[in-house]
Amino acid sequence: MEGIYAFCVGLMTACGIFLTLRGRTFSVVVGLTLLSYAVNLFLFASGRLRLDAAAVLGESENYGDPLPQALVLTAIVIGFAMTAFAVILAMRARADLGNDHVDGRIPQTKESARQKSGGQR
Amino acid sequence: MQHLSILPILLPLFTGALLLLPPLSGTLKRQRVFTLLSMLAQVVAAFMLLAQVYNEGVNQYILGDWRPPFGIVLVADPLSTVMVALTTFLGFGALSYATGSHDRAGSYFYPLFMFQVMGINGAFLTGDAFNLFVFFEVLLIASYALLVHGGGKQKTQATVHYVVLNLAGSSIFLFGLGILYGTLGTLNIADMAQKVGQLDETVAIITKIGALMLLVVFGLKSAMLPLHFWLPKTYSSASAPVAAIFAVMTKVGIYSILRIHGVVFGDDAGELANVAQAWLWPLALMTITIGTIGALASPSLKLLTANLVILSAGTLMVCAALQNEAATSAALYYMVHSTLVAGGMFLLADAIGRQRGKAEDRFVVAKRMDTPIFLGIFFAVSAVAVIGMPPFSGFIGKVMVLQAVETATEQMWVWPVILLSSLGALIALSRAGTTLFWRHSSTKQTEDSPKIHFGEWLGIVLLLSASPLLAMFAGPFSEMTVEAARFLHDPALSVEALLTSPLADGGL
Repeated sequence: MEGIYAFCVGLMTACGIFLTLRGRTFSVVVGLTLLSYAVNLFLFASGRLRLDAAAVLGESENYGDPLPQALVLTAIVIGFAMTAFAVILAMRARADLGNDHVDGRIPQTKESARQKSGGQR
Repeated sequence: MQHLSILPILLPLFTGALLLLPPLSGTLKRQRVFTLLSMLAQVVAAFMLLAQVYNEGVNQYILGDWRPPFGIVLVADPLSTVMVALTTFLGFGALSYATGSHDRAGSYFYPLFMFQVMGINGAFLTGDAFNLFVFFEVLLIASYALLVHGGGKQKTQATVHYVVLNLAGSSIFLFGLGILYGTLGTLNIADMAQKVGQLDETVAIITKIGALMLLVVFGLKSAMLPLHFWLPKTYSSASAPVAAIFAVMTKVGIYSILRIHGVVFGDDAGELANVAQAWLWPLALMTITIGTIGALASPSLKLLTANLVILSAGTLMVCAALQNEAATSAALYYMVHSTLVAGGMFLLADAIGRQRGKAEDRFVVAKRMDTPIFLGIFFAVSAVAVIGMPPFSGFIGKVMVLQAVETATEQMWVWPVILLSSLGALIALSRAGTTLFWRHSSTKQTEDSPKIHFGEWLGIVLLLSASPLLAMFAGPFSEMTVEAARFLHDPALSVEALLTSPLADGGL
């Protein structure tokens, strides 16, 4: 169980980092969302993964750690609010700057420069 | 007053909430008066708390009476109360500047400002690492909105970078906290400090990763070298009162480094003693260097001030890397001085920019200012203070920092870097002042620039008068900083007392 869990968290983090490093705001926002999902799962696991372990005493033989669950709840709420803000900000940036690149302008690559000069000719 | 230590959080929270409700939400005038009065009350509360802590000792506020280490606690100790008093004072100056015209640029300026102050105060006061994260988020989300407040292309662009960077930072913060909770089993800062010394060798390396991840986050907040690129653009595109309150936000990062990496992973952390210091050394010195280069290359006064903020952050990181009592004391003195002067300089840059027509605060020949004498005097005061020349507080602060460096090898590295950075700041600021005040076009001016409002004068005067005052009362103030440093470096006071005292009180 731990192996699969760790793999999922790792994969999600990797995808999140990859998408966050992209140039368009949409993929950056999706990347940040994935990153926050990965964080939530990771925090949940910090209280150790156990089967048949209720967080309330007296409900089962073993008991789970209730604190990570509270931490995850807080992290989810905050992450959700921040994602909502980032989405609105991305839309605002699209409207203000005229494109959805994170730098506010499309970087000039060799190819696009050649196309431009070709079009003028 | 037992409840005094939560007031710096509750007052701005309730003020911010009330400002959104009908009797106050309608008119800007009522909001101004109410917010200023509330901010004044916060300043009074913060200074009362400061007096209380210095007279009666540390005040640990146990929320919901959940005994530490199980519940969340607020710890009002000498270091955190000085920072809270600094924040409220800076907030008052920035607010009184905002009453001039900046609050009209968009809606909800005052509620956002109040939530910002609440987040900063909370981050200083809390004694719980996860609660520190929560207050970081409170101050960040308020700062996102404040940064974009007023609108405009430049602000939107700077905000996109700032928000994305900080969201990534928050994720790293949570990863770090998850690791530390998984290995230490606690998030109460004092309890963490106790547990970290008793770790197994196998777990210690994981804990080290967690500690260094937190260093990345705090480095991002405090503009440590590879993570400082966001700062100049963000600070220079924010409106003046917002930039002024942002001046204390980099200090939140330094404060957290002092708390987490100074106390939890400090000298008594066994295998993990001083994990951050080896990294902090080179990064701090390079931060100073890059800040100086940035200051020399800045084309406008706001950018110059933002680069000076990086420079001061680097100086403070040197103090954190030194990890001794004298250095922490020097850091606290320098922190108060540099925050207030940087805040004042952001306000001054805005006032200067408004009187120079289209040139704004860029270093180009422009029309003559309407009140060059007053602005010039304040510019000179702030410049002298920032550079660290006598007679103002910057000189005393830098001397304290230099004196805190103990061994010859450390001196060989720190002294030249700090002194040369002062020279760099001197060159940058004298060039800036010459262009701004003495080189103006001789043509008769046609249009009148907007007058500087009374509240704006008050803001500038309040923040910049702090520097001469800090120099005048350097004796009593440095006694306070020494006390705060002694407290922080004595585990009996900063760790054990916080865990045992509530139970000894006989509450159970």
